[in-house]
Amino acid sequence: MSARLMQGDEACAEGAIAAGCTFFAGYPITPATEIAERMALRLPQIGGIFIQMEDEIASMSAVIGAAVGGAKAMTATSGPGFSLMQENIGYAAMAEIPCVIVDVQRLGPSTGRPTSPAQGDVMQARWGTHGDHPIIALAPSSVRECFDLTVTAFNFAEQYRTPVIMLMDEVVGHMRERVELPDYATVPRVERAQTPVPPEWYKPYENFPADVPQLIPFGEGYRYHVTGLHHDERGYPTERPDEVNAWLDRVFRKIRRSLSDILLYDEDGIETAETLVISYGGAARSAQHAVEQARQRGRRVGFLKLKTIWPFPEKAVERAAERLHRVVVPEMNLGQLALEVERVVGWRKVRRVNRADGEIIRPEEILAAIER
Amino acid sequence: MTTLQHESRLHERYLRHSKKFPNVWCAGCGIGIVLGAIIRTVDGLGLDKNDVAMISGIGCTGRMPVYVDFNTLHTTHGRALAFATGLKLVRPGMKVLVVMGDGDALAIGGNHFIHAARRNIALTAIVVNNSTYGMTGGQYSPTTPLGVRAATAPYGHVEPPFRVAELAVAAGAAFVARSTVYHVEEMQRYLAQAIQKNGFSLVEVVSYCHTTLGRLNRWGRAPDMMRRLKENSITLKQAEGKSEEELSGKIVRGVFADREMPEYTQLYRQIVERAQQEGRL
Repeated sequence: MSARLMQGDEACAEGAIAAGCTFFAGYPITPATEIAERMALRLPQIGGIFIQMEDEIASMSAVIGAAVGGAKAMTATSGPGFSLMQENIGYAAMAEIPCVIVDVQRLGPSTGRPTSPAQGDVMQARWGTHGDHPIIALAPSSVRECFDLTVTAFNFAEQYRTPVIMLMDEVVGHMRERVELPDYATVPRVERAQTPVPPEWYKPYENFPADVPQLIPFGEGYRYHVTGLHHDERGYPTERPDEVNAWLDRVFRKIRRSLSDILLYDEDGIETAETLVISYGGAARSAQHAVEQARQRGRRVGFLKLKTIWPFPEKAVERAAERLHRVVVPEMNLGQLALEVERVVGWRKVRRVNRADGEIIRPEEILAAIER
Repeated sequence: MTTLQHESRLHERYLRHSKKFPNVWCAGCGIGIVLGAIIRTVDGLGLDKNDVAMISGIGCTGRMPVYVDFNTLHTTHGRALAFATGLKLVRPGMKVLVVMGDGDALAIGGNHFIHAARRNIALTAIVVNNSTYGMTGGQYSPTTPLGVRAATAPYGHVEPPFRVAELAVAAGAAFVARSTVYHVEEMQRYLAQAIQKNGFSLVEVVSYCHTTLGRLNRWGRAPDMMRRLKENSITLKQAEGKSEEELSGKIVRGVFADREMPEYTQLYRQIVERAQQEGRL
């Protein structure tokens, strides 16, 4: 495809189309509306379905219903809507329904300062639901990454039968950049696994294969039960602690055993670094600039840009930071991912660079933290 | 085959025997009667079980799908219709039955209820209206009558109730009917009409909860409450010309709407055709 000027939100929608998404349900909210508008235009062209629901709760519900029917399904929202979606993101985690939830973050809490940039939903993406379950969250920092990581999000969702969160922010969502998108036919797609067993042997939550049970769409002759209750291998509700524990073990194990595939990050200049900068999403653009400026001034600065933020890439962070005494973590909140960095490298090493006033972090602020 | 033999064959064909019995409902509950009526209706219509989905929310009625051998989805509180909308759009050929209690459908799910009706998407909503939250112990619901005692209204209830069928008519449903768990034959007729309707259909089935609301208000045992449904209900025809006062406390049974309107998934197919002709980028 030829190069074109494109917004992050549009690139996200195009990434979904390229990944094989055929269903979108959403509710208007800035700065994510452009994704819905693009999907409303594009999905009917490929025989897919777009629906604007009555609220974000219904949007997330419809996404799960569509996924149970066999579709690759997505919704997109921002902070206030993301809060409303948590109920059924938890359902998708419990019932292991593949789907993609895009959160183009804006300044909160509550209605906040619409629609200024922020990265305040990092912990909500991890812990926004009630109860314990694994989650995958990806954070793009460029328009091209909005496309690529949306494709990845769909592939992870199918491969691991899990909801995947695209944690964008207003900076990358509304930013326009020149991008050259690949031919969609060449984009690697993970399709929903088929079961080799006949309906009478099929157990929707069986520990097979590799801890990821196959999800057969409703309407194809495999009649089974899906519930948000804790359930056994057949999907039937259970109150037995051994069956609850088996579920917990399996859903965490299926992610943990594939961490080498799931954890995505870019490293630059780590080996010779004296100072390490760790950033992600829109803030990583300022961080990148600050790193370059510091290097021009003769400082040896390593840069670790995280694309997967949940699960948190503990080993990559630990490895990059182990020799160093200074780790700078810029983010557009009052220190959310910094908590994870501090957990891994120790809080004494970490210098937070934060803004939660709706303004982007300027490179000079990060540079000052590098040089301080 | 005798009726009894036929019934036992239905149990074998439509219920899941592998794990899930006995059921969660109290002895004497009306929900099982609704489940039986749904099974007989599906069987009578000759539907393929593979093409039937039963979707529910949370509460006593929400537990219904796990017992039946359809494609079953037990969702979150109030959201059954929104989940069902997603499934129906992707699988328009499926018959999607959405079973809900009054609290599920009209309090926490009230917004989804009116919008599913307005959209006229071909889902069949079945609301088992027992006027209370039974599973949590008899708190007042959107259909609890004014003045009665509930676990959260120990001095009497101060809110007027929703009229479920009338609400669905106003919201735009294509087919709306009301019956009770006493009038099983009638209920089955309405269910059959609803399932066959090409549009959003609602069957409100008035039931009771003798173990919570009934106990709190000293309404007697299950048979007493069943008798109240018989004695307190009249048909739409009998209700004609009666004043609000005369109808107060009466359950009016009948078909409240049966109208032809464009159905959502069919309209959407036309949108797809238009989009593919235009091909904008």
